[in-house]
Amino acid sequence: MSLWMTRLSQPPGKRHTMVEKVTVTVDALQALLDQLKGRGYRVIGPTVRDQTIVYDEIDSLAELPRGWTDEQEGGHYRLVRREDDALFGFAVGPHSWKKFLHAPIVELWKVVRNGEDVSIVAESPPDQRFAFIGVRACELHAIAIQDRVLLGGQYPDSHYRARREGAFFVAINCGEAGGTCFCQSMNTGPAVESGYDISLTEIVTESGRSFVTEAGSEAGLQVLAALPRRPAMDEEIAQAKAVISRTAAAMGRQMRSDDLRELLERNLDHPRWDDVAKRCLTCGNCTMVCPTCFCTSVEDSSDLAGETASRSRRWDSCFTMDFSYIHGGSVRASARSRYRQWMTHKLAFWVDQFGTSGCVGCGRCITWCPVGIDITEEVRAIRDSGSTEG
Amino acid sequence: MGAKGRKPRLAVWKFASCDGCQLTLLDCEDELLAIAGAVDIAYFPEATRGKIEGHYDISLVEGSITTSHDAARIHEVRRRSTTLVTIGACATTGGIQALRNFADVKEYTSVVYARPDYISTLADSTPIADHVAVDFELRGCPISKYQLMETISAFLAGRRPVTPPHSVCMECKIKGNVCVMVAHGTPCLGPVTHAGCHAVCPSYNRGCYGCYGPMETPNPTSLTHRMKALGMGQKEVQRVYRTFNADAPVFRKESERHDP
Ligand code: SF4
Ligand code: SF4
Ligand code: SF4
Repeated sequence: MSLWMTRLSQPPGKRHTMVEKVTVTVDALQALLDQLKGRGYRVIGPTVRDQTIVYDEIDSLAELPRGWTDEQEGGHYRLVRREDDALFGFAVGPHSWKKFLHAPIVELWKVVRNGEDVSIVAESPPDQRFAFIGVRACELHAIAIQDRVLLGGQYPDSHYRARREGAFFVAINCGEAGGTCFCQSMNTGPAVESGYDISLTEIVTESGRSFVTEAGSEAGLQVLAALPRRPAMDEEIAQAKAVISRTAAAMGRQMRSDDLRELLERNLDHPRWDDVAKRCLTCGNCTMVCPTCFCTSVEDSSDLAGETASRSRRWDSCFTMDFSYIHGGSVRASARSRYRQWMTHKLAFWVDQFGTSGCVGCGRCITWCPVGIDITEEVRAIRDSGSTEG
Repeated sequence: MGAKGRKPRLAVWKFASCDGCQLTLLDCEDELLAIAGAVDIAYFPEATRGKIEGHYDISLVEGSITTSHDAARIHEVRRRSTTLVTIGACATTGGIQALRNFADVKEYTSVVYARPDYISTLADSTPIADHVAVDFELRGCPISKYQLMETISAFLAGRRPVTPPHSVCMECKIKGNVCVMVAHGTPCLGPVTHAGCHAVCPSYNRGCYGCYGPMETPNPTSLTHRMKALGMGQKEVQRVYRTFNADAPVFRKESERHDP
């Protein structure tokens, strides 16, 4: 069975009770990067660029945002120095792993003319496997959601699958909740529970920063076995637990989530939709940064000579007019209808379609909305003054 | 499309403009041979001599209408063209010279010219579409070479060009850029601006200047509110909306709300 199928069938939180916890040092983390490289992975991790923490190819630990953190609010992100030298002392940034797994632009195929004949050239699948370093609990949940959407149905997405299969996940239990995080409300974090190959929790010991580490898969076990390590001591395990509870208690945002489907369904004509429409730019940023948004548009191109034509797909957004364009025009012409479509799909109708919420509480749509529209605030406004019956 | 056996005839026309968009066509160095192979460049004063004669399958029109002579000439161009494509901010919204639309042009000419009575000009600078029917518009100051290639290729293949009217933000994010407004506090017109430039300014850590004009459903009022929170004053707000596309109705309205 392929890796993703194994992962999908794991009941969250059940599998690792027997797994041995070990402690590794910062040096061992470099060994981990080297191991993964040696095994042919393209190693991607957090790194500082343009005054933010993005996900990009990394070679060494020195490229991690050590000693940095972020300050996040609606429409606001600033990179800030930490008082300590934590390696993972920040929350999620502008990028998500979707950038690699569900690439923004994919050429699907092209067709080339040879005289009277044509030949179709299919896109060749990427020949590299990814290893992702520092994947958060909310992000693992987001990937599981995209798995369900893109691989779960009758027509699995082969392009996504090619990137997803064989990817290696080094997860991190969050030691710092961001200003717009609300995974706790969505039951998607801050503790990683499944879907990883190796998980890390950053703690401070006498010898400096260390990581309480667990393997979550056969591949993870093998890699871990090759690293310098020692069994984790009880205090270290307790410290790691405390890190998670501290983060859980420091969420930047909260949103009651158990009744969202009913709440929104009851309030499809709430005046708040008009209010948010006045602020919404219909720019699409929220959908671009959301780790679960998966919509794409297919575009054709042809060359001047009429010798080759190609078809590619790129990320699209329910905030564009073309997105709902059918004969006669766009179905959702107003900003009101587009914002409502996005939010009700994400929080309510996703459940009918895919069995879970489409939101993992990562807070990116709040931080990266240029005008700071806050999904938790919009829900709260509807909850506080909305209709209570259907 | 041209009749079977002959290449479609293409013409490039210039009205009030800086020639920057025409130069974009000349800038397509690698593709120029392919263009010349695919179409007959029958009239292009910037590049060849050529005489105005007969009918053109595709006309690329650069520039805005600022004189009564040009206002008549554009009808002649329309009559001679099967497909008329306007290229650039001047042709699509009146261009930077539409700043005159906010002032008294007589007063300007009297200040600038020794003999203002020699100057024959209209009070306004207007887009081509105000005068004749336009089949397709390419935005930008200047236009993007890729969009130009795409439009000519699409015309030749008989398909619709792919030039999406959504925000610059979409391109910015697809590229993996970091948002300059959110992360650096730099005001950016990307959210209200038509895509097409591949978010070139934000890619170099600058805010978008809006040179492609308004996107499909712009909300400048909300964006302005944010830019003011980032420290912009009344006058600066007016300035950012009054550049290459000053007279595009949505930008015009927003700048008029901000008279200092
Ligand atoms: S809707 Fe917003 S908070 Fe929820 S997963 Fe998407 S970006 Fe994160
Ligand atoms: S909610 Fe914010 S990010 Fe999303 S489309 Fe509206 S303005 Fe853009
Ligand atoms: S930098 Fe400008 S164009 Fe890019 S996402 Fe931010 S607001 Fe939009």
